[in-house]
Amino acid sequence: MRLRFEVKNHSLEHHQYSLRLRVATGFIFFCFAVLLVRFFYLQLWKYEYFQTLAENNRVSLVPIVPNRGLILDRNGVTLAHNFFVYTLEITPSKAGDVEETINKISEFIEVSAEDRKRFKKLRQESHSFESVPIRTHLNEVEAAKFAANRYQFPGVEIRSRLFRHYPLGNLGVHMIGYIGRINEADVKALEKSEDISNYKGSDHIGKGGIEQYYERELHGTTGFQQVEIDADGQAVRVLSSTPPVPGDNLVLSIDSKMQEIAEKAFENHRGAMVAINPKNGEILSYVSMPTFDPNLFVDGIDADTWKTLNGSLDKPLINRPIRGIYPPGSTFKPFVAMAGLEDGRRHPPFSIGDPGFYTLAGSAHQYRDWKPGGHGQVDMQRAITVSCDTFFYGLALEMGIDKLTSFVSHFGFGKKTGIDLVGEIGGLLPTPEWKWRRWKQRWYPGETVIVGIGQGYTLVTPMQLAQATAVLANNGVAMQPHLVSSIQKHNGAENHLMPITKLDEVLLDQRNIEIVRAGMVDVTKPGGTAASVGAGASYNIAAKTGTAQVVGIKQGAKYNAGGMDERHRDHALFIAYAPAEDPKIAVAVIVENGGHGGSAAGPIARKVMDYYLLGKEPSTENDAGKKAEPPIPEDAPHD
Amino acid sequence: MISKILERLKTHIDPFLMGCISFSCIVGLFVLYSASGGSFDRVLSQFLNISAALTIMWLAANTSPHYLERIALPLFVLGLLLLLGVALFGEISHGARRWLNLGVGRIQPSELMKIAVPMMLAWYFAKREQSLRWIDYAVAALLLVVPVGLIMKQPDLGTALIIAAAGFYVLFLAGLSWKILIGGAVSAAVMAPIFWSLMHDYQRKRIEILFDPYQDPLGAGYHTIQASIALGSGGFAGKGWMEGTQSQLDFLPERTTDFIFAVFGEEFGFLGNVLLLILFILLIGRGLVISSQAQNTFTRLLAGSITLTFFTYVFVNMGMVSGVLPVVGVPLPFVSYGGTSLVTILLGFGILMSIHTHKTLMSTS
Repeated sequence: MRLRFEVKNHSLEHHQYSLRLRVATGFIFFCFAVLLVRFFYLQLWKYEYFQTLAENNRVSLVPIVPNRGLILDRNGVTLAHNFFVYTLEITPSKAGDVEETINKISEFIEVSAEDRKRFKKLRQESHSFESVPIRTHLNEVEAAKFAANRYQFPGVEIRSRLFRHYPLGNLGVHMIGYIGRINEADVKALEKSEDISNYKGSDHIGKGGIEQYYERELHGTTGFQQVEIDADGQAVRVLSSTPPVPGDNLVLSIDSKMQEIAEKAFENHRGAMVAINPKNGEILSYVSMPTFDPNLFVDGIDADTWKTLNGSLDKPLINRPIRGIYPPGSTFKPFVAMAGLEDGRRHPPFSIGDPGFYTLAGSAHQYRDWKPGGHGQVDMQRAITVSCDTFFYGLALEMGIDKLTSFVSHFGFGKKTGIDLVGEIGGLLPTPEWKWRRWKQRWYPGETVIVGIGQGYTLVTPMQLAQATAVLANNGVAMQPHLVSSIQKHNGAENHLMPITKLDEVLLDQRNIEIVRAGMVDVTKPGGTAASVGAGASYNIAAKTGTAQVVGIKQGAKYNAGGMDERHRDHALFIAYAPAEDPKIAVAVIVENGGHGGSAAGPIARKVMDYYLLGKEPSTENDAGKKAEPPIPEDAPHD
Repeated sequence: MISKILERLKTHIDPFLMGCISFSCIVGLFVLYSASGGSFDRVLSQFLNISAALTIMWLAANTSPHYLERIALPLFVLGLLLLLGVALFGEISHGARRWLNLGVGRIQPSELMKIAVPMMLAWYFAKREQSLRWIDYAVAALLLVVPVGLIMKQPDLGTALIIAAAGFYVLFLAGLSWKILIGGAVSAAVMAPIFWSLMHDYQRKRIEILFDPYQDPLGAGYHTIQASIALGSGGFAGKGWMEGTQSQLDFLPERTTDFIFAVFGEEFGFLGNVLLLILFILLIGRGLVISSQAQNTFTRLLAGSITLTFFTYVFVNMGMVSGVLPVVGVPLPFVSYGGTSLVTILLGFGILMSIHTHKTLMSTS
């Protein structure tokens, strides 16, 4: 009985299985019928059509790379342009023994060790069927010499390529950026944004600064040419062509002369400076020191130079204004002052008697003022002018961290400024929630105290500091900072101005604005912490100095610049806007390990403002005159 | 003595399949020679690939299906672990993470799954044969979805498609209810717009360009346009071996690998295409016969799935080259250059031969 059941079951299953197989067979025949119909359509029905196409397919589409847009400064000075050069290129897959080929080439044309190194690096980054330059900038004689011996070199060609050149070299490299060979990561990104077919024939792409941020505008649209090809694949004649659309030219709000003055003013120091027009957000100069030559990257940088740049202790490759983060130190005080005043605290005639330190109730810890013994009787205006730490310790604690940070965030602290550059960092405006999230620790009142003088966890980028200064100068109205002021399309036939947009606005009481401004103007007057910076100026400068500790100093110990390793010295900070009554320029300067803000960073800002407001260029004569000025009343050693 | 060795070699080899495979491989070598622009090195290298793959086929043919049934589960688990390894530590090449470096060499675990997945599913259904319920189909579907999902993530659409098909064939042959099949097809039609929104941009582009390759003649549509021109200009009898202008003048991309069928169609024409189709139909037909004569559920399902998967290779490749299917990376069996897929395909045929030649007498007691 049982056996019968199994057999029955078995045959039933078998029946079902063969049914399924038959269905599958039907499906297979259906699919193959579709293919047959398609073959019939392509190969018999439309044969003549495709036959003609194939004939014409001696016609090949050759991409024509568009000219990359120029980058100009506000006066039309060229910062980046293109020119044609002859290059000698090897296609490794066609050349056979590449080493041997290079050796043979060097019998006709000079090939330096650098050329070989660069070739090696580029070859590793490319496919074997892509041609890689072994020599660039061939002169006519070299080109002719090679052409005469070309038959000896399969897979080696002379090509005429468009090269990018940065005529001002090092100047403003972190802002302008540079272009480099398209690598695998670039290809991936281009595929993602569906721009890849526009890069047929392109070898280079923006790798930093404006060149990267505005890649789409600068690159242009690739054109193509239909070229008739003979059986050997050599072009015979051009049948039709779609011309490329050249990239847009970009006009920056930078003045290259002012940029040069600013960079020179840094001498050998590391640091950053950003100057902004507070009324429209135009960036007037953008300095990151030290700089490097972007032209090194255009033909592919060789490994040794790259190692030197990348390994340097001075970190020239870091884009300091947007990627360098520093404690703001006392440059943070005007913003804390504004917060306190708007919160209804510390209005005149309020003043404190500064004993030279501040203590929290129930604690023995002394929060020291930079000036031993204190500043005596200090009101808000004077607290800014003399940079009185004690005054701001108390103010911060009384206001509370949440109120303080939420107010100063309107000046752009703790968030990206949105400048038209890639890779900006947002800095840090600490709050108790942040600390809990980051460290799983509660917030201590002492941490609020030191935020009052821009210490503790607070971190800013030079760009943020400049923007905050601009907002302060513009009475609380934040304009979107930007480097590109207009885009010229079709070789300048059309000019599109970049929109000027308001980012944020905080309503400020005019009387409070005046108090902070008066305090900041006095900073550059005799008795202020940067009296030397204002000396001899024909306009009023509202400023604030700052110092950021690189290494901590023990309670009771004394800071002694002379006795320290240079790299452990304090960073010097300086913010300013001028003319104080009707601000046209706002500046933030950071000199790494520069010591004191007034003496190290202030003069740089002064030179830039003199040039921008008066058209005055710093000359050696001027410097001599400066030395003759009466000695400056005692600048603070710490602040 | 020699005849004895020959006899031993032949025992488990199916002469009909062997004949068709040999003929296909020879045709493939000729086409490859032409497609590579007369590169003898390429042909030699492919010849070595074929030799290695045939050896593996022979080994598979001499392995009893019982043994295959025993290793089905461990092989699947191993494959799954390797796939996870790829997802975590895989090496990226050409924008996809497919390779796993084991120190001794690189392997592509997704290739292993082309055999391991149908084996696993066939094993599962054979085991649950007596008490098959809907839940078993659900479990089987899960066993299929996980590896396919991992491979799609790499992303390797071609391989994912082949494995999904291989697994689906097992489900279908095991008797997945028509209601579910039709319901699935209907809901697929409904889900299509949702899938569309989940797809990678490049995948979406490939489908858009399938319908209108001239949207992007220099970019994604280039393959399809050039392949259609190659096939179409071949006409009835073709331009002749080594005479295809499309292929010889560098217009066809990937003409030794995924697009080699365009070279074949250009040089041998409609007639050649039909003959090649017949050759493949013979292979598929033999596979179906073997499957229908198989003795137990495991071998039956496995043989059916292997055969239908082979059909899928052929249809998807010819379909994409001739422009009726989107471009997914699936090679043409025996003709496309490359050792990995050849090994997988011949391993499949080895298993078919093993199933056919390892029959035992039915026990009637």
